[in-house]
Formats: sequence, structure tokens, C-alpha cells
Amino acid sequence: MLALTATLAGCGTSNGVVTSNSSASQANTTGSSVNSLTGAGSTFDYPFFNKAFYVYGSAHNLQVNYQSIGSGGGIQQFTAQTVNFGASDVPMNSTEISKAQAAGGPVIQIPITLGGEAIAYNLPTVKQQLKFTPSVLADIYLGKITKWNDPKITALNPGANLPSIPIVVVHRSDGSGTTYIFTDYLSTVSPEWNQKVGKGKSVNWPVGIGGKGNEAVAGNVHNTVGAIGYVELAYALQTKMAYGLVKNAAGNFVAPSPDTVKAAAATKPTVSATNFSIVNAPGGNSYPISGYSWVLLYQHQKNKAIGSALVKLFDWMETTGQQQAASVDYVPLPTNVQQTALNDLKQIQ
Amino acid sequence: MRGVLCLGRILDRLTSWWFWISALLIGTLLVLFFIMLGDQSGASISKFSWKFLFTSTWDPVHQIFGALPFLYGTAMTSLFAIVFGGVIGIASALFLVYFTRGRLRVILGTFIELLAAIPSVVYGLWGLFVLSPWLQNYGEPFLARVLGFLPLFHGMPVGVGYLAAGIILSVMIIPTVTSITRDILLAVPQDLHEGGLALGATEYEVIRNISLPYARAGIIGGLMLGLGRAFGETIAVTMVIGNRPEISASLFAPGYTMASVIANEFTEATSHLYISSLYEVGLVLLVVTILFFGVARLLIWRVSHVQKGRMV
Repeated sequence: MLALTATLAGCGTSNGVVTSNSSASQANTTGSSVNSLTGAGSTFDYPFFNKAFYVYGSAHNLQVNYQSIGSGGGIQQFTAQTVNFGASDVPMNSTEISKAQAAGGPVIQIPITLGGEAIAYNLPTVKQQLKFTPSVLADIYLGKITKWNDPKITALNPGANLPSIPIVVVHRSDGSGTTYIFTDYLSTVSPEWNQKVGKGKSVNWPVGIGGKGNEAVAGNVHNTVGAIGYVELAYALQTKMAYGLVKNAAGNFVAPSPDTVKAAAATKPTVSATNFSIVNAPGGNSYPISGYSWVLLYQHQKNKAIGSALVKLFDWMETTGQQQAASVDYVPLPTNVQQTALNDLKQIQ
Repeated sequence: MRGVLCLGRILDRLTSWWFWISALLIGTLLVLFFIMLGDQSGASISKFSWKFLFTSTWDPVHQIFGALPFLYGTAMTSLFAIVFGGVIGIASALFLVYFTRGRLRVILGTFIELLAAIPSVVYGLWGLFVLSPWLQNYGEPFLARVLGFLPLFHGMPVGVGYLAAGIILSVMIIPTVTSITRDILLAVPQDLHEGGLALGATEYEVIRNISLPYARAGIIGGLMLGLGRAFGETIAVTMVIGNRPEISASLFAPGYTMASVIANEFTEATSHLYISSLYEVGLVLLVVTILFFGVARLLIWRVSHVQKGRMV
């Protein structure tokens, strides 16, 4: 009977938490062993979460079920409290937060991993790594530069033997944090982009074709001579696509890599859910097209055992777990950002 | 004896209830779908009203939504599929029924039906990595050279676009069209067929004047099932259509369909109006599908009506 009530209580306070066997139900009273947690959200985080949750789970007898249904879905399920945590590539905005707050109390958002975006292109005749400035990238995506041998590109890349072929612009068609970071960057560096298009997970692209997911963007770039597209750094590194150097705020041409993305993030230790953009970051070695991904948690956990299991899990994810990020070509968080996140986690009761 | 009879009657009654409930359930589901979609689309309908169907700006950042390019894309690709896939599907059914016998017919028929069992994401990946590069390098330049005087074949060959989506859809609906047409043709009474031959008609004349008219209603039904699949197909089309909300006369141009935009943007849509607009796209898709099926039923009814009239 005790076990039954405990199970029922578990269901009542937090749906989606499977406390099926008796040891877990009993544990709710002692407060030490929840053996299953659920989360939902960002697809970008999935490869990292998949690996990290497995590693943590086998060591701590905890199964973390993460559904990569997209950030929007993650926010929705988190608000409906059908999952224990949500994950989103862009932190919840004030409307979303007030909705979630009304449902489950104050929300804590912590950065969980970093992503950079490579500018990939397909120009078999060009042997050197191409250089791009912010204005050239904006003009290409605005449809103002239409040929690869445009004087603005050739001036940046002397001797690159750029062909006189049309530029085929490729972008993501599915709503994604990758698009958010890229359009956030273009909005930051180009007033015209900011005014005409703006930033978002989906935008009204002036030119180009859309591919669903990194694989379709990469596929379109790979298939089409003259194509250019933005892809997640991990994806670009693993598929060995040709990608360019981008001029950063300090005036240096920088290649995307875990180091340069981390350098950009480290310039802003006070990152928070309301002030999170790190595109076009200062610093000589900063790669300008980067951004964070976030985990969403309720500050007041109704079930204390689940609350403490969540805190333990994400304490680990913010510290030791970051090595798992590096192993799948994600960018580990700088230590100052880890510290901020750990402090935020302490508020969870 | 009486007990058995009584039990039989109760069973009869129960079975008929069960049938009734099943039928009602299906009807209720459709109605509920309508109510749910209509309810969720409320914000978008009250904001844009009819403009939603006749404007072509889709701008999530500035919260302006018009679905015309998606309607156009769905209509264009489905039409292409039904013409292209329909012709091939019917021809292959005719071949199976009148030009093959025994084991060969079974084997070929099985092959065609197996096409229907391939998951659509596989078609999509094939389209993206095999079909669209081929179209870009060979297919589209060839079409531009030969038929370039038509606006349908203008523009830069990019590979992905209406043409690639239309071809993928054609391949996907062929098994449906073929297998239904084949079954209908096989149901044409042997007497009619042999009678035609006995009167001195050639095989082609029999097919044209006897078998096809007899099977017309069923073939239209098969085509409509294929069209239904083409309307709703999501992932395969999304992979190859280019996902650009723009109306273009050229088959080479990238486009967008209703199902694709829902698949692409629903998961990450956050604002209320944005989600509502995507629901409205779903509502429009449902209405368009129902309209088409209505027209198809009418067509079948008329065709079979005329046929019966003629036979009497």
C-alpha cells in the first residue's frame, strides 16, 4: 500500500517519471534513488546528451530518456510538466517563461553546451581556404552578391581563382537553433539584414534553397558546385567539408574549431538567459558565429528525490560531462560559464 | 433450439452495434479533427482571414503568414505525380494483365507492390543523394536544351525543386495506381474481352473500347488514392523540393508544399500566431483533400452511372 501511494504521488507530481519498480517507490520516501528521468527538446543537443546520459546513467543506475523533438516541443512539454527537464537552443523568452511560471513556478535556465557554425562551400577548383567578411556573408545571403567572382569576394581572396558561376545559397528549412545563431550573427553585423529579415529559428530568406536538417544542407552543398551553406561545426568536421575563415570583431580571419568557439564564449562570462548572444564576440581568437544551448528546470521541484537527482545529473553534466561533449565534437563550456551554471543549479530545491 | 436462436439473434444485434459504433467512430474522428484544427487555427484565421490563402509572404520573424506558395506547391507536385505516375501506373497494369501470364505476372506484380513498402524517408534520401544530383547534371540541362522554349523548363538547374519532388511522388504512387488498376482490369468479365476478340477486334481495340471503359470508375478511384498519398506525403518531398515559399512557373525552381512546411517548422514554432498559422495550413490541407475526394466520388458516380445507362 505504501508503495502504491508513493507511485501514485510520483505520477501526480510529475508525469512521465517512471517509478515503476518497488525500490524506486520506496526511495521516494528516503529520497535517494530515482532511477529514471525524462527530458525533451533540442535536436542539436541530442548526440551529446545521448552519449553523456549513457555514461552517467551506467555509473549511477539512472536512465535518462531524452526525446529530441525540437526546442519548441521541449519548451511546450516542459511547460506542461510532462518531462523533468527541457532543452532549447534559444532560452525561453519572457512570454514563454511567464507561461511556464504560471504552471510550475520559477524557471532556471542553464547553458549546457556550445555550438559553432561553419560556412561550407563547394568549389572544387578553389584550393585555398576562402575568407569571408561579415558584410560579404550578409550580401550573399541577401542575394546582393550572386557570383563567386564578385569583386568583393575576389578582393578578399587574391589568387583563389574563383569561377564565374552563380552562388547557390543553402539554408536550413526546419526551424532550428542553428538558424537562430546564424541569423543572430547576420542581424548583428548587417543593419540591412536586421531590418529586412531579422533573427529567428525560421526566417523569410531573401534567396536560396532550404534543406531539412544538417544532413540535407550538407547534401545540397555537396551536390551543387557553387553552393554555400552554414552547418554545425561538429557536422562539418566529421563530414570533412570545405569551409571558410570568417573575419571576427577584432579583425582576424578565424577558422571554426572547438578552441575558437570556446574563446568566443569565454569573452562573456556573465552569460544569462536574457543576455546570451555571443555572436561577433570580441577577442583576437574568437570565432564569430557561435551560441549556447540551454537546459530548462523548475526551481521548486515537487518531488524532492527527482529534484536532487536532476541537480546531481546536471552538476555532472556541467563539469565532468563536458568531456563527453568534446568527444563528439561539441564545444565544452568555458570554466567561468560552468561556474555560473553550477551556482544556478544550487537554487533548485 | 430456442436458446440457440436467441443467442444468434443477440449476436446479430451485437455485431450490428459493433459495426455502427465503428462507423460512427471514424466519422467522429474526422469531425474532431476539424474541430481541433479549426480551434487551433483561430488566431491565424481572425488575423489574416482570406488573405491567408491568397498571399505569399511567410515571415515568422515579423509574424506575417500567407499560405499561397504551399497550396501552389502541393497542387503542382501532386498534379505532376498524378499525370506522370498515373500514365506509367496504368500502362504497367495493362502490361501485367494483358501481356504477361502466370508466374511472371505474379513476380512483376509483387515487385511493383514492394515499391509501396519502401519507407518514404528512404525515397527522400534517394531523391536527395541520387536523383537530384542526376537531375542537376544531366536531366535538367537536357530538358532545358530540348524543351527550353517552354517556361516550365527555364532557369538554373539546381536539382532540388518541383521536378525532383514530382518525380519522387510519381514513383511513390505508381504501386497504388498499378495494383488497383490491375485488380480492376482482372475483374473485367472474360466474356466481354473474348466477345470483342471474336468480333474481330485487335487486342489494342479491345483494351481501348471494352476493358478501359468498363474499368474506368475503378481506375479513377485508384488515381485518387494515389493523389491522396501525393497530397499528404511529407518527408520525401521535404528532402527534395528545396523548401522555398515562392511561386514559380519553372519546374526547376525550388518550391514548398503544405505538408513540408508543417514538418519543417512545427517543432520549433514558438509564438502563438505562428503555431496557429501552421495549424491553419493543416486545416487547408484537410479541406483540399476532402474536396478532391468529393470531386473524385462525383466523377466515379457519374462515370458508373453513364456506363450503366449505356449497358441497359
